Amino acid sequence: MALTREELAQRVAQEFKDGYYINLGIGIPTLAANYIPEGTQVMLQSENGLLGMGPFPLEDEVDPDLINAGKQTVTMANGASLFSSADSFAMIRGGHVDLTVLGAFEVDCQGNIASYMIPGKLIKGMGGAMDLVAGAENIIVTMTHASKHGESKLLKECTLPLTGKGCIKQVLTDLALMDIKEGRFILRERAPGVSVEEIVKLTAGEVLVPDHVPEMSFR
Amino acid sequence: MSGLDKVVGSYADALAGLEDNMTVIAGGFGLCGIPENLIKEIKRKGTRGLTVVSNNCGTDKFGLGILLPDKQIRKMVASYVGENAMFEAQMMSGELEVELTPQGTLAEKMRAGGAGIPAFYTATGYGTPVGEGKEVREFNGRHYILEEAIQGDFSIAKAWKGDRYGNLVFRKTARNFNPMAVTAGKIAVVEVEEIVEVGSLDPDEIHLPGIYVDRLIQGTFEKNIEQRTVRSV
Repeated sequence: MALTREELAQRVAQEFKDGYYINLGIGIPTLAANYIPEGTQVMLQSENGLLGMGPFPLEDEVDPDLINAGKQTVTMANGASLFSSADSFAMIRGGHVDLTVLGAFEVDCQGNIASYMIPGKLIKGMGGAMDLVAGAENIIVTMTHASKHGESKLLKECTLPLTGKGCIKQVLTDLALMDIKEGRFILRERAPGVSVEEIVKLTAGEVLVPDHVPEMSFR
Repeated sequence: MSGLDKVVGSYADALAGLEDNMTVIAGGFGLCGIPENLIKEIKRKGTRGLTVVSNNCGTDKFGLGILLPDKQIRKMVASYVGENAMFEAQMMSGELEVELTPQGTLAEKMRAGGAGIPAFYTATGYGTPVGEGKEVREFNGRHYILEEAIQGDFSIAKAWKGDRYGNLVFRKTARNFNPMAVTAGKIAVVEVEEIVEVGSLDPDEIHLPGIYVDRLIQGTFEKNIEQRTVRSV
């Protein structure tokens, strides 16, 4: 079975290590904040100028001056700090953020990512995504493996305008966890009940399949 | 206004000298920390042909979006322009020119503009449409593109508190692009929730020194919320 949004969020959160500063993109990445492993202390960075993002506010805590990068009202965690957009992107560009998780339309086996624009259709802008993928060492892309029509989004070469070039080393889809190395995808884990054949069939880029591909585990 | 006192008496005075076809740099992220009353004053004034530099362009009903119905903006430099139907329509029809700029690059362009740095290299956008036509250089085995600083004829920004000398304190994530926007404007206009007496702000806690501010005005703010998200107990 393909992973649900919640399961994707749960799996990605397993990559959160103690002491990490993490930037979570809009959508599934944001959900991962609900699954921070027990005993793991992390701090969430929101690129509009907040380090130490807390949960959504209670009705009487709502503050229009306190939002996340998705423009949602949020709260601050204990030990939070506030700063300008220039300082925020200095952290990001300067490689101080330990892990970035963001969504995409397409990823290819050269580590390219397309996530901000569909020409003639969707032109909303890249927001902070280009800075995030250029600045982070450690990036996980979360996305669906294929479109509703069964077209692979893990390609030999991205077809849409790029957000970043050669910067993605890991992608988590509803079917699989893949590394990207030396021009191909390497299948690391598969969603429970999903076969290797199914994943390979839905991956347009070259896939290396190791002898043993474990199922993802959800504790 | 005399000496170091930056306070002006009206919004009309705050934007005196703003003319058609000028470049305006605006602080704010979404609808958070936007100079909402200065934007309303631009609408009232009817200034046209503006190049506006800001992370976003407001919504259909609030923020910079209110300058769209009368086509006051000719060109928008922004990182994200979703959530605004009229913006999309004017962009698609070609009436509105849009230069999509990565958010961190936009912040740094403003910062550089205010800091006397004409351009800088960044890895952001290399190998993407943003990097097309820009100088590429390699440092330590990585590719970087040359991005130029931005300066405005005017900058408009919002802070929480300011003293009469223009020393500013921002509040929470309403700080965002505001400090850099202020520094990058030839005439920097700031509206605040409260003007306090000189000396009442702790010098150690001033976020932006008054040297960057030309005009200061106190306003009242609606502070609209784009995505009101709450949790239950």
